[in-house]
Amino acid sequence: MATRFGIVQFPGSCDETDTLLACSRVGDAELLWHKDTDLGGVDVVVLPGGFSYGDYLRVGAIVQFAPIMGAVAEHAAGGGLVLGICNGFQVLTEAGLLPGALLPNTNLRFTCQQADLIVENTETPFTHESAPGEIISVPAKHGAGRFYAPPELLAQIEDGGQVLLRYAEGHNFNGSVNDIAGVTNEGRNVFGLMPHPEHAVDPLTGSDDALKLFHSLASAAPMAVGSGDMT
Amino acid sequence: MSAAADTPAAEAPHRALGLTDSEYDLICDKLGREPNATELAMFSLMWSEHCSYKHSKKLLGKLPTSGPALLMGPGENAGAVTVGDGLAIAFKVESHNHPSAVEPFQGAATGVGGIMRDIFAVGARPIAVLDSLRFGELDSARSRYLAARAVAGIGHYGNSIGVPTVGGEIYFEGPYEQNCLVNAMCLGLAPADKLIRSAAAGVGNHLVLFGASTGRDGIGGASVLASAELGEDDDSKRPTVQVGDPFEESKLVEACLELLNAGLLASLQDLGAAGLTSASSEMASKGEVGLDIHVDRVPLREQGMEPFEIMVSESQERMLCVVEPAQLDAVLAICDKWDLHHAVIGEVTDTRHMQIYRDGDLVGDIPVTALVDDCPMYDLSPEEPPAQIYPAPKRRIKDGLAPADNLLALLGSDNIASRREYFEQYDCIVGSRTIKRPEAAEAAVLRLGANDGRHGPGGAPSTAGSGKAQTPGDADGPTIAVSIDGSGRRVAADPYRGTIGVVLECAANLACVGAEPLGLTNCLNFGNPEKPHIAWQLDRAVSGMADALRALNVPVVGGNVSLYNQSGDGPIYPTPVVGMVGSLPDPRVIAGNTFTDPDLAVALIGPFEPTLPASELAKLRGEELPTKLPDLNLSLHAESLKLVREAVRSGAVTVARDVSEGGLATALAECCLGGVGATIDLGPLIERLSRSQAGAGLDAEALVETALFGEGPGGIVVAGSRESLMQLSSRAHGVGFLALGSTGSAKLDIAGFSAVDSSAGTGTGPGAVVTLKEISLDVPNLQRIHAGALAERASS
Repeated sequence: MATRFGIVQFPGSCDETDTLLACSRVGDAELLWHKDTDLGGVDVVVLPGGFSYGDYLRVGAIVQFAPIMGAVAEHAAGGGLVLGICNGFQVLTEAGLLPGALLPNTNLRFTCQQADLIVENTETPFTHESAPGEIISVPAKHGAGRFYAPPELLAQIEDGGQVLLRYAEGHNFNGSVNDIAGVTNEGRNVFGLMPHPEHAVDPLTGSDDALKLFHSLASAAPMAVGSGDMT
Repeated sequence: MSAAADTPAAEAPHRALGLTDSEYDLICDKLGREPNATELAMFSLMWSEHCSYKHSKKLLGKLPTSGPALLMGPGENAGAVTVGDGLAIAFKVESHNHPSAVEPFQGAATGVGGIMRDIFAVGARPIAVLDSLRFGELDSARSRYLAARAVAGIGHYGNSIGVPTVGGEIYFEGPYEQNCLVNAMCLGLAPADKLIRSAAAGVGNHLVLFGASTGRDGIGGASVLASAELGEDDDSKRPTVQVGDPFEESKLVEACLELLNAGLLASLQDLGAAGLTSASSEMASKGEVGLDIHVDRVPLREQGMEPFEIMVSESQERMLCVVEPAQLDAVLAICDKWDLHHAVIGEVTDTRHMQIYRDGDLVGDIPVTALVDDCPMYDLSPEEPPAQIYPAPKRRIKDGLAPADNLLALLGSDNIASRREYFEQYDCIVGSRTIKRPEAAEAAVLRLGANDGRHGPGGAPSTAGSGKAQTPGDADGPTIAVSIDGSGRRVAADPYRGTIGVVLECAANLACVGAEPLGLTNCLNFGNPEKPHIAWQLDRAVSGMADALRALNVPVVGGNVSLYNQSGDGPIYPTPVVGMVGSLPDPRVIAGNTFTDPDLAVALIGPFEPTLPASELAKLRGEELPTKLPDLNLSLHAESLKLVREAVRSGAVTVARDVSEGGLATALAECCLGGVGATIDLGPLIERLSRSQAGAGLDAEALVETALFGEGPGGIVVAGSRESLMQLSSRAHGVGFLALGSTGSAKLDIAGFSAVDSSAGTGTGPGAVVTLKEISLDVPNLQRIHAGALAERASS
């Protein structure tokens, strides 16, 4: 059985089709509607990039009230895999499913750049097909991508091996603390990152360095506790 | 209905609204009475330059508007061309100059929003934005502010709505100090058979307004801002600048495409300049019907709005459609799904009148033809100025610098240094179509296949959960290239030949990625056409554009005219901006524009006859503009572009860059930014120049400087294997092919300055000695200067 990816479309989502295409390279993928209240049995939930609800109150802040988010939280609580990309990462921190917060970039601008990322912890469902220390080139594009956590929480994240991706030297354009580009939760089944892996799956449009992340997910999903018809 | 009782101001209100006395008399004639306030407001907008093109329409008739790929020409919300596989690309460029000069962030943002609505109004999903920007010199704090905020506004709108900004251009020149230019171009993708026109049809059908609510923003924008010069009291016009909401528009895009895909609409029109007045009356005019509009049914965001305010409001993110009664419920359900305001505000009638009601009372009644078609068309009174009308630019560098120093000054100058400072604020990749990002090639390259759903063609399902994505191949579907180009200084020097140069440069950018042009959209940014010298610029520029397009066999699919771009300091440089879309066969075979491989042969292709006057070097030296540029052989240019295009498509050349600002030396230096240097012999070009019309009379040193830094259309630097360039040279007979050298070292070396053939009659006499020092510059130094200069200047 191919792994089933569900990409949630919120009003204001921008990269949901890009994500749909990336996921469908490694499994089956479909869009989920924000007003629905169940996940239709997908194995992996992906919250895509964009400006959900216009990001008018604060980036990612309003999504937690979307009807579908109850099911997403349940899926995560049951050990199911959840990936948040860019706005999806912001949403997951706002919803309390990931630690830390995303602040405005230090340059106070939306910035779009190709960034080199170092894969830190490879013992997770998201990164197990990568080698530790591997460098991947992935585009990042956001105005509020500066990862921040207070010192105590930061130490906990670092000590717990929750940092999965770091910006390589010279590539941390948003000012993230400890060059953190992506973190997982303690259970290692929820992962958020600011760069866009769905835009690094085809050499024709830049690079395919991030395809491994999707392959990792596809092969790990069947083993994840909350996967499939449990939802 | 009492006409006089409604008249708002005591003294000649029509003049305050921009209508002349004779236009007002004509309106009274057409109505058989005096117009009331609502009617006068509607006339003042529809008869403004912005809506009626009353000073430009006659001229625009010169432009060719037919071609083999053309699906929809001028007159619709956007033009469209076929690109194969049953797909169409709709595209258009439009100005938002005056609003941006008053409030750059919202002015530019709503410019992007407006052009996107033109695209999805024809049923196409917006897939790319490009922009063309002009500001005053960066010495000025005002220009730095305008540039920074306009770019932020464009990014804000495009990024938030999920449409990539894939290309553009930005230049800084004194004459734009008080009147910046913000032109935005959008491309949309649709199945060719799903394009929709805007003509209202079907007496008894409903007129539905949906999207954002209507407020007082942008009232009179078309007449007040776009059709008159900006004065010192610009602040009083601030309320007429619209405010954009990209989130609302992103929902509007999805709703419109879903409505069209379900076949629920009889016609669709966006609300842009002149708001409901323009949208409704143009739908009625094209459909040869009448419309009843009930302003009390329009969802408002402010209380106490008068009928005329509702009719002319330019509130953003609104669309108007005609719906058969049987489809109404389905239409409103889709609006509800996307959380959009909607209201049935009227009906299609057979009266051929626009009839405006408030609470059942008739408050306006105008024959559609009077409003849309009867605006008087004016002949221009062109008169060539006896001398150059623009002041010389500020001097930046001394005369007599060594060539290497001139080259470094150019490479770090505001008009040539890397644009990364600006374009990295744009999402250039969303949609997964972007094969060549900004500065990675001479034109942006987009694939059209390999995608469906939200970013698919207009007709594709956008409903969440509606189906599974197909696994994309790496290169399936058609591939297009797009470029936007404009020129101010060279058009100011010679409106006719300067404009030809703009079209040729845009076509050259497409040729460099192997694309053949399918159609062109233009935006003519000029000063006040009622002034004879400006009329002359406009007339000559349109003639130049027409001749260039005929030579290249490219039709105009639509565009925009922005006149009255002047301030107390005088007119802007006349600035025709063109956007061209072309197609190419294989996205895996596209030339880059920098040297990344050693041991390639380097050559210059094309009938390139550079001159120094009007060049960037002349600008840095503070030299006055000339009043004429060299003559051009258009058929030779067309042949040359074909040769380059085929060479790129066959893979014979892997690097192609057209020679533009800063001349050949700058183009070569830019090629080296890829990290690989080159060893260049300038001799062949100097020899050719010395025998040309342009080179006649130049002394030896002027010839060298002209070869290095002179500008003119038609030069393309290419690199490829020695064998393939050798073969290419044998086919280049007539168009010009000069072997220049090879790639390889860590330096850019340009030598061969003393190759002047004294027997060729250069006017220098035998034994002329060139003392100019040859160029030898480290590649990392070139990279550093090019990358950093603008960021430093723009933010200081």
